[in-house]
Amino acid sequence: MSERNQAQGNPDASHSPHLSHHFATPLQQYETGKLGMWLFLVTEIVLFGGLFCAYAVYRANHPEIFVYAHKYLDVSLGALNTAVLIFSSLTMALAVRSAQLNQQKALIRFLAVTILCGFVFLAVKAVEYEHKWKHGLLWGVHYNPEKHNTESHDIGHEAKSLPDHANESSPMLPTENLHNPIPTTNEKSAIAPAADAPRGLASRFDPDLYEHIRDVPKNVQIFFGIYFVMTGLHALHVIIGMGLIGWILRRSIQGHFSAAYFTPVDLTGLYWHLVDLIWIYLFPLLYLIH
Amino acid sequence: MSDEIKKHERGVFHVAPLPVLIGVWAALMVFTWLTVAITHYDLGDWNLWIAMLIATVKASLVALYFMHLRYDKPFNAVVFIGSLFFVMLFVSFALMDTIEYHPELILDYAPVLHP
Repeated sequence: MSERNQAQGNPDASHSPHLSHHFATPLQQYETGKLGMWLFLVTEIVLFGGLFCAYAVYRANHPEIFVYAHKYLDVSLGALNTAVLIFSSLTMALAVRSAQLNQQKALIRFLAVTILCGFVFLAVKAVEYEHKWKHGLLWGVHYNPEKHNTESHDIGHEAKSLPDHANESSPMLPTENLHNPIPTTNEKSAIAPAADAPRGLASRFDPDLYEHIRDVPKNVQIFFGIYFVMTGLHALHVIIGMGLIGWILRRSIQGHFSAAYFTPVDLTGLYWHLVDLIWIYLFPLLYLIH
Repeated sequence: MSDEIKKHERGVFHVAPLPVLIGVWAALMVFTWLTVAITHYDLGDWNLWIAMLIATVKASLVALYFMHLRYDKPFNAVVFIGSLFFVMLFVSFALMDTIEYHPELILDYAPVLHP
Protein backbone atom coordinates (compact mmCIF):
# COMPACT_ATOMS: atom_id res chain seq x y z
CA MET A 1 0.00 0.00 0.00
CA SER A 2 2.57 2.52 1.10
CA GLU A 3 4.87 1.43 -1.74
CA ARG A 4 2.14 2.17 -4.20
CA ASN A 5 1.54 5.55 -2.68
CA GLN A 6 5.17 6.39 -2.95
CA ALA A 7 5.29 5.15 -6.52
CA GLN A 8 2.45 7.47 -7.39
CA GLY A 9 4.25 10.27 -5.69
CA ASN A 10 1.65 10.44 -2.95
CA PRO A 11 3.34 11.77 0.16
CA ASP A 12 0.36 10.88 2.36
CA ALA A 13 1.47 7.57 3.85
CA SER A 14 -0.14 8.32 7.17
CA HIS A 15 -3.67 7.37 6.21
CA SER A 16 -5.46 4.33 7.63
CA PRO A 17 -3.65 1.06 6.93
CA HIS A 18 -7.02 -0.49 6.09
CA LEU A 19 -7.83 2.00 3.33
CA SER A 20 -7.44 0.50 -0.14
CA HIS A 21 -5.83 2.78 -2.69
CA HIS A 22 -8.91 2.98 -4.90
CA PHE A 23 -11.04 4.57 -2.19
CA ALA A 24 -10.85 8.23 -1.29
CA THR A 25 -11.86 7.93 2.37
CA PRO A 26 -12.51 5.15 4.91
CA LEU A 27 -16.18 6.16 4.89
CA GLN A 28 -16.40 5.64 1.14
CA GLN A 29 -14.72 2.23 1.47
CA TYR A 30 -17.06 1.27 4.30
CA GLU A 31 -20.17 2.29 2.40
CA THR A 32 -19.04 0.48 -0.73
CA GLY A 33 -18.45 -2.71 1.22
CA LYS A 34 -21.81 -2.35 2.83
CA LEU A 35 -23.58 -1.93 -0.52
CA GLY A 36 -21.77 -5.05 -1.77
CA MET A 37 -23.01 -6.97 1.27
CA TRP A 38 -26.56 -5.76 0.68
CA LEU A 39 -26.39 -6.95 -2.91
CA PHE A 40 -25.30 -10.37 -1.65
CA LEU A 41 -28.15 -10.38 0.88
CA VAL A 42 -30.53 -9.64 -1.99
CA THR A 43 -29.43 -12.85 -3.72
CA GLU A 44 -30.09 -14.68 -0.45
CA ILE A 45 -33.57 -13.18 -0.25
CA VAL A 46 -34.27 -14.30 -3.82
CA LEU A 47 -32.94 -17.79 -3.00
CA PHE A 48 -35.34 -18.12 -0.08
CA GLY A 49 -38.00 -16.35 -2.17
CA GLY A 50 -38.16 -19.39 -4.45
CA LEU A 51 -38.84 -21.62 -1.44
CA PHE A 52 -41.46 -19.23 -0.07
CA CYS A 53 -43.07 -19.37 -3.52
CA ALA A 54 -43.19 -23.19 -3.41
CA TYR A 55 -44.72 -22.92 0.05
CA ALA A 56 -47.36 -20.41 -1.12
CA VAL A 57 -48.35 -22.50 -4.16
CA TYR A 58 -48.71 -25.72 -2.18
CA ARG A 59 -50.56 -24.03 0.63
CA ALA A 60 -52.95 -22.33 -1.80
CA ASN A 61 -53.72 -25.66 -3.49
CA HIS A 62 -53.75 -27.92 -0.44
CA PRO A 63 -54.44 -25.93 2.73
CA GLU A 64 -55.69 -29.11 4.44
CA ILE A 65 -52.18 -30.64 4.31
CA PHE A 66 -50.69 -27.65 6.12
CA VAL A 67 -53.47 -27.48 8.71
CA TYR A 68 -53.06 -31.19 9.41
CA ALA A 69 -49.26 -31.49 9.36
CA HIS A 70 -48.34 -28.39 11.35
CA LYS A 71 -49.72 -30.11 14.45
CA TYR A 72 -46.60 -32.24 14.39
CA LEU A 73 -44.44 -29.17 14.98
CA ASP A 74 -43.88 -28.02 18.54
CA VAL A 75 -44.87 -24.35 18.81
CA SER A 76 -43.01 -23.89 22.10
CA LEU A 77 -39.74 -25.14 20.59
CA GLY A 78 -40.27 -22.89 17.56
CA ALA A 79 -41.00 -19.90 19.79
CA LEU A 80 -37.94 -20.70 21.90
CA ASN A 81 -35.77 -20.71 18.78
CA THR A 82 -37.32 -17.41 17.67
CA ALA A 83 -36.42 -15.88 21.03
CA VAL A 84 -32.88 -17.30 20.85
CA LEU A 85 -32.31 -15.88 17.36
CA ILE A 86 -33.76 -12.47 18.25
CA PHE A 87 -31.52 -12.33 21.32
CA SER A 88 -28.49 -13.31 19.22
CA SER A 89 -29.37 -10.50 16.81
CA LEU A 90 -29.34 -8.09 19.73
CA THR A 91 -25.93 -9.31 20.92
CA MET A 92 -24.60 -9.07 17.34
CA ALA A 93 -25.84 -5.47 17.07
CA LEU A 94 -24.22 -4.76 20.45
CA ALA A 95 -20.97 -6.33 19.18
CA VAL A 96 -20.95 -3.96 16.20
CA ARG A 97 -21.61 -1.07 18.58
CA SER A 98 -18.73 -2.17 20.82
CA ALA A 99 -16.37 -2.30 17.85
CA GLN A 100 -17.46 1.18 16.81
CA LEU A 101 -16.75 2.44 20.33
CA ASN A 102 -13.35 0.71 20.63
CA GLN A 103 -14.61 -1.55 23.44
CA GLN A 104 -12.50 -4.63 22.72
CA LYS A 105 -13.58 -6.77 25.68
CA ALA A 106 -17.27 -6.09 25.11
CA LEU A 107 -16.84 -6.90 21.41
CA ILE A 108 -15.32 -10.31 22.21
CA ARG A 109 -17.96 -11.04 24.85
CA PHE A 110 -20.91 -10.16 22.61
CA LEU A 111 -19.53 -12.18 19.69
CA ALA A 112 -19.07 -15.20 21.97
CA VAL A 113 -22.66 -14.91 23.23
CA THR A 114 -23.88 -14.69 19.63
CA ILE A 115 -22.10 -17.92 18.69
CA LEU A 116 -23.46 -19.57 21.83
CA CYS A 117 -27.00 -18.59 20.75
CA GLY A 118 -26.27 -20.21 17.38
CA PHE A 119 -25.39 -23.46 19.15
CA VAL A 120 -28.57 -23.30 21.25
CA PHE A 121 -30.62 -22.74 18.09
CA LEU A 122 -29.04 -25.74 16.36
CA ALA A 123 -29.48 -27.91 19.45
CA VAL A 124 -33.22 -27.14 19.61
CA LYS A 125 -33.43 -27.77 15.85
CA ALA A 126 -31.68 -31.12 16.31
CA VAL A 127 -34.23 -32.12 18.97
CA GLU A 128 -37.04 -31.27 16.56
CA TYR A 129 -35.45 -33.10 13.61
CA GLU A 130 -34.71 -36.16 15.72
CA HIS A 131 -38.33 -36.30 16.87
CA LYS A 132 -39.56 -36.23 13.27
CA TRP A 133 -36.97 -38.74 12.16
CA LYS A 134 -38.09 -41.15 14.89
CA HIS A 135 -41.73 -40.90 13.86
CA GLY A 136 -41.26 -41.13 10.11
CA LEU A 137 -42.41 -37.55 9.54
CA LEU A 138 -40.10 -37.02 6.61
CA TRP A 139 -40.12 -35.94 3.00
CA GLY A 140 -41.35 -37.89 -0.04
CA VAL A 141 -41.31 -41.67 0.16
CA HIS A 142 -39.73 -41.52 3.60
CA TYR A 143 -42.99 -40.22 5.07
CA ASN A 144 -44.39 -43.27 6.85
CA PRO A 145 -45.85 -42.37 10.24
CA GLU A 146 -48.14 -45.47 10.17
CA LYS A 147 -45.16 -47.75 10.56
CA HIS A 148 -44.14 -45.90 13.70
CA ASN A 149 -47.52 -45.39 15.30
CA THR A 150 -47.71 -48.86 16.80
CA GLU A 151 -44.40 -48.33 18.60
CA SER A 152 -44.96 -44.88 19.99
CA HIS A 153 -47.96 -43.15 21.48
CA ASP A 154 -46.70 -39.67 22.12
CA ILE A 155 -47.57 -37.98 18.84
CA GLY A 156 -50.77 -36.31 17.72
CA HIS A 157 -52.91 -39.37 17.21
CA GLU A 158 -52.81 -43.05 17.99
CA ALA A 159 -53.59 -45.64 15.39
CA LYS A 160 -56.50 -47.86 16.28
CA SER A 161 -55.75 -51.43 15.38
CA LEU A 162 -57.87 -52.65 12.51
CA PRO A 163 -59.62 -56.00 12.60
CA ASP A 164 -57.98 -58.41 10.21
CA HIS A 165 -61.03 -59.13 8.08
CA ALA A 166 -61.42 -55.46 7.28
CA ASN A 167 -58.10 -55.46 5.51
CA GLU A 168 -58.75 -58.70 3.69
CA SER A 169 -62.12 -57.84 2.27
CA SER A 170 -60.92 -54.93 0.16
CA PRO A 171 -57.47 -53.71 -0.73
CA MET A 172 -58.93 -50.24 -1.25
CA LEU A 173 -59.10 -48.01 1.78
CA PRO A 174 -62.62 -46.88 2.55
CA THR A 175 -61.37 -43.31 2.61
CA GLU A 176 -61.21 -43.36 -1.16
CA ASN A 177 -64.85 -44.32 -1.38
CA LEU A 178 -65.84 -41.55 0.98
CA HIS A 179 -63.93 -38.92 -0.92
CA ASN A 180 -64.87 -40.02 -4.44
CA PRO A 181 -68.27 -41.62 -4.37
CA ILE A 182 -68.52 -41.44 -8.18
CA PRO A 183 -65.63 -43.02 -10.06
CA THR A 184 -64.55 -40.77 -12.87
CA THR A 185 -62.93 -42.21 -15.95
CA ASN A 186 -62.94 -41.24 -19.56
CA GLU A 187 -63.99 -44.65 -20.84
CA LYS A 188 -67.23 -46.48 -20.42
CA SER A 189 -66.74 -49.46 -18.17
CA ALA A 190 -67.20 -52.93 -19.68
CA ILE A 191 -68.52 -54.17 -16.37
CA ALA A 192 -72.14 -53.45 -15.71
CA PRO A 193 -72.73 -51.34 -12.62
CA ALA A 194 -73.56 -53.59 -9.70
CA ALA A 195 -76.00 -52.63 -7.07
CA ASP A 196 -74.04 -53.83 -4.08
CA ALA A 197 -70.55 -54.60 -5.34
CA PRO A 198 -67.80 -53.64 -5.31
CA ARG A 199 -68.73 -50.28 -3.85
CA GLY A 200 -71.44 -51.90 -1.80
CA LEU A 201 -68.73 -53.33 0.42
CA ALA A 202 -68.18 -49.92 1.87
CA SER A 203 -71.39 -50.15 3.81
CA ARG A 204 -70.00 -53.05 5.80
CA PHE A 205 -67.29 -50.88 7.30
CA ASP A 206 -67.84 -49.08 10.51
CA PRO A 207 -66.95 -45.49 9.58
CA ASP A 208 -65.93 -44.67 13.16
CA LEU A 209 -63.26 -47.32 12.95
CA TYR A 210 -61.53 -45.33 10.23
CA GLU A 211 -61.99 -41.91 11.71
CA HIS A 212 -58.26 -41.46 12.26
CA ILE A 213 -57.53 -42.29 8.63
CA ARG A 214 -60.42 -40.32 7.17
CA ASP A 215 -59.16 -37.10 8.73
CA VAL A 216 -55.69 -37.55 7.27
CA PRO A 217 -55.30 -35.68 3.99
CA LYS A 218 -53.33 -37.17 1.12
CA ASN A 219 -49.75 -36.15 0.35
CA VAL A 220 -48.82 -34.93 3.83
CA GLN A 221 -45.21 -35.66 2.88
CA ILE A 222 -45.27 -32.45 0.78
CA PHE A 223 -45.46 -30.37 3.95
CA PHE A 224 -42.49 -32.16 5.46
CA GLY A 225 -40.54 -31.80 2.22
CA ILE A 226 -41.10 -28.04 2.34
CA TYR A 227 -40.42 -27.96 6.09
CA PHE A 228 -37.09 -29.76 5.84
CA VAL A 229 -35.83 -27.84 2.82
CA MET A 230 -36.72 -24.44 4.27
CA THR A 231 -35.55 -25.05 7.84
CA GLY A 232 -32.56 -27.07 6.58
CA LEU A 233 -31.35 -24.31 4.29
CA HIS A 234 -31.94 -21.84 7.11
CA ALA A 235 -29.96 -24.03 9.53
CA LEU A 236 -27.13 -24.19 6.97
CA HIS A 237 -27.11 -20.39 6.98
CA VAL A 238 -26.96 -20.41 10.78
CA ILE A 239 -23.92 -22.73 10.61
CA ILE A 240 -22.22 -20.51 7.99
CA GLY A 241 -23.03 -17.43 10.09
CA MET A 242 -21.52 -19.07 13.17
CA GLY A 243 -18.38 -19.84 11.18
CA LEU A 244 -18.14 -16.20 10.08
CA ILE A 245 -18.68 -14.92 13.62
CA GLY A 246 -16.01 -17.38 14.82
CA TRP A 247 -13.59 -15.88 12.31
CA ILE A 248 -14.52 -12.36 13.45
CA LEU A 249 -14.13 -13.43 17.08
CA ARG A 250 -10.62 -14.75 16.38
CA ARG A 251 -9.65 -11.50 14.69
CA SER A 252 -11.19 -9.50 17.55
CA ILE A 253 -9.07 -11.39 20.06
CA GLN A 254 -6.04 -10.52 17.90
CA GLY A 255 -7.15 -6.90 18.13
CA HIS A 256 -7.83 -6.28 14.46
CA PHE A 257 -10.90 -4.15 14.96
CA SER A 258 -11.33 -0.66 16.29
CA ALA A 259 -13.44 2.42 15.78
CA ALA A 260 -11.34 3.11 12.69
CA TYR A 261 -11.92 -0.31 11.12
CA PHE A 262 -14.88 -2.53 11.93
CA THR A 263 -16.31 -3.30 8.46
CA PRO A 264 -16.00 -7.12 8.73
CA VAL A 265 -17.85 -7.07 12.07
CA ASP A 266 -20.63 -4.95 10.58
CA LEU A 267 -21.02 -7.03 7.42
CA THR A 268 -21.03 -10.34 9.31
CA GLY A 269 -23.67 -8.74 11.53
CA LEU A 270 -25.78 -7.94 8.47
CA TYR A 271 -25.58 -11.60 7.41
CA TRP A 272 -26.58 -12.79 10.87
CA HIS A 273 -29.53 -10.38 11.01
CA LEU A 274 -30.73 -11.66 7.63
CA VAL A 275 -30.74 -15.22 9.01
CA ASP A 276 -32.87 -13.90 11.89
CA LEU A 277 -35.12 -12.07 9.45
CA ILE A 278 -35.84 -15.23 7.44
CA TRP A 279 -36.65 -17.15 10.60
CA ILE A 280 -39.09 -14.39 11.60
CA TYR A 281 -41.14 -15.39 8.53
CA LEU A 282 -40.52 -19.15 8.76
CA PHE A 283 -41.80 -19.40 12.32
CA PRO A 284 -45.41 -18.22 11.73
CA LEU A 285 -45.60 -19.87 8.29
CA LEU A 286 -44.59 -23.34 9.48
CA TYR A 287 -45.51 -23.48 13.17
CA LEU A 288 -48.51 -21.17 13.53
CA ILE A 289 -50.90 -22.38 10.84
CA HIS A 290 -54.50 -21.98 11.85
CA MET B 1 -14.74 7.49 26.28
CA SER B 2 -17.55 10.02 26.27
CA ASP B 3 -15.47 12.16 23.91
CA GLU B 4 -15.14 9.11 21.71
CA ILE B 5 -18.92 8.61 21.62
CA LYS B 6 -19.51 12.27 20.82
CA LYS B 7 -16.96 12.18 18.07
CA HIS B 8 -18.71 9.24 16.45
CA GLU B 9 -22.19 10.56 16.87
CA ARG B 10 -21.42 13.63 14.85
CA GLY B 11 -18.73 11.97 12.79
CA VAL B 12 -18.45 9.46 9.99
CA PHE B 13 -19.97 6.27 11.38
CA HIS B 14 -23.31 6.22 13.09
CA VAL B 15 -23.39 4.28 16.36
CA ALA B 16 -26.81 2.88 17.28
CA PRO B 17 -27.82 4.19 20.72
CA LEU B 18 -28.01 1.49 23.41
CA PRO B 19 -31.62 2.25 24.49
CA VAL B 20 -32.75 1.92 20.87
CA LEU B 21 -31.18 -1.54 20.50
CA ILE B 22 -32.62 -2.78 23.80
CA GLY B 23 -36.01 -1.26 22.96
CA VAL B 24 -36.07 -2.96 19.54
CA TRP B 25 -35.22 -6.28 21.16
CA ALA B 26 -38.05 -5.86 23.70
CA ALA B 27 -40.49 -4.96 20.92
CA LEU B 28 -39.44 -8.05 18.94
CA MET B 29 -40.08 -10.27 21.96
CA VAL B 30 -43.50 -8.70 22.54
CA PHE B 31 -44.44 -9.23 18.88
CA THR B 32 -43.27 -12.86 19.06
CA TRP B 33 -45.51 -13.41 22.08
CA LEU B 34 -48.37 -11.64 20.30
CA THR B 35 -48.13 -13.74 17.14
CA VAL B 36 -48.21 -16.96 19.20
CA ALA B 37 -51.09 -15.68 21.37
CA ILE B 38 -53.23 -14.74 18.37
CA THR B 39 -53.19 -18.32 17.03
CA HIS B 40 -55.44 -19.29 19.96
CA TYR B 41 -58.23 -17.24 18.37
CA ASP B 42 -59.95 -18.39 15.22
CA LEU B 43 -60.16 -15.40 12.91
CA GLY B 44 -60.49 -17.37 9.67
CA ASP B 45 -58.34 -16.07 6.85
CA TRP B 46 -57.28 -13.14 9.01
CA ASN B 47 -55.01 -15.36 11.08
CA LEU B 48 -52.54 -15.71 8.20
CA TRP B 49 -52.64 -12.02 7.32
CA ILE B 50 -52.21 -10.87 10.91
CA ALA B 51 -49.30 -13.30 11.36
CA MET B 52 -47.68 -11.95 8.17
CA LEU B 53 -48.30 -8.35 9.26
CA ILE B 54 -46.62 -8.98 12.63
CA ALA B 55 -43.72 -10.77 10.91
CA THR B 56 -43.31 -7.79 8.57
CA VAL B 57 -43.30 -5.33 11.48
CA LYS B 58 -40.64 -7.48 13.20
CA ALA B 59 -38.59 -7.74 10.00
CA SER B 60 -38.81 -3.96 9.55
CA LEU B 61 -37.54 -3.38 13.10
CA VAL B 62 -34.60 -5.74 12.51
CA ALA B 63 -33.77 -4.13 9.15
CA LEU B 64 -34.17 -0.52 10.31
CA TYR B 65 -32.28 -0.68 13.61
CA PHE B 66 -30.20 -3.88 13.90
CA MET B 67 -29.19 -3.67 10.23
CA HIS B 68 -28.79 0.11 10.39
CA LEU B 69 -30.92 0.78 7.31
CA ARG B 70 -32.45 3.79 8.99
CA TYR B 71 -29.03 5.41 9.42
CA ASP B 72 -27.51 4.27 6.12
CA LYS B 73 -27.63 5.93 2.78
CA PRO B 74 -31.11 5.29 1.37
CA PHE B 75 -29.71 3.38 -1.59
CA ASN B 76 -29.17 0.25 0.56
CA ALA B 77 -32.83 0.36 1.53
CA VAL B 78 -33.83 0.75 -2.13
CA VAL B 79 -31.82 -2.38 -3.00
CA PHE B 80 -33.33 -4.34 -0.10
CA ILE B 81 -36.95 -3.28 -0.63
CA GLY B 82 -36.49 -3.79 -4.37
CA SER B 83 -35.62 -7.45 -3.78
CA LEU B 84 -38.66 -7.90 -1.53
CA PHE B 85 -40.80 -6.32 -4.24
CA PHE B 86 -39.55 -8.79 -6.84
CA VAL B 87 -40.09 -11.76 -4.51
CA MET B 88 -43.66 -10.56 -3.94
CA LEU B 89 -44.14 -10.20 -7.69
CA PHE B 90 -42.80 -13.74 -8.22
CA VAL B 91 -45.00 -15.29 -5.53
CA SER B 92 -48.16 -13.45 -6.56
CA PHE B 93 -47.82 -14.34 -10.25
CA ALA B 94 -47.16 -17.97 -9.33
CA LEU B 95 -50.29 -17.93 -7.14
CA MET B 96 -52.38 -16.31 -9.88
CA ASP B 97 -51.22 -19.02 -12.26
CA THR B 98 -51.79 -21.97 -9.94
CA ILE B 99 -55.32 -20.82 -9.08
CA GLU B 100 -56.20 -21.07 -12.77
CA TYR B 101 -55.23 -24.75 -12.70
CA HIS B 102 -57.34 -25.68 -9.71
CA PRO B 103 -58.29 -29.36 -10.14
CA GLU B 104 -61.94 -28.76 -9.29
CA LEU B 105 -62.35 -26.43 -12.23
CA ILE B 106 -61.22 -29.21 -14.57
CA LEU B 107 -63.50 -31.75 -12.89
CA ASP B 108 -66.60 -29.96 -14.15
CA TYR B 109 -65.51 -30.04 -17.77
CA ALA B 110 -63.20 -32.88 -18.67
CA PRO B 111 -64.23 -36.28 -17.37
CA VAL B 112 -67.11 -38.39 -18.62
CA LEU B 113 -69.08 -39.76 -15.71
CA HIS B 114 -70.62 -43.20 -15.73
CA PRO B 115 -74.10 -43.08 -17.22
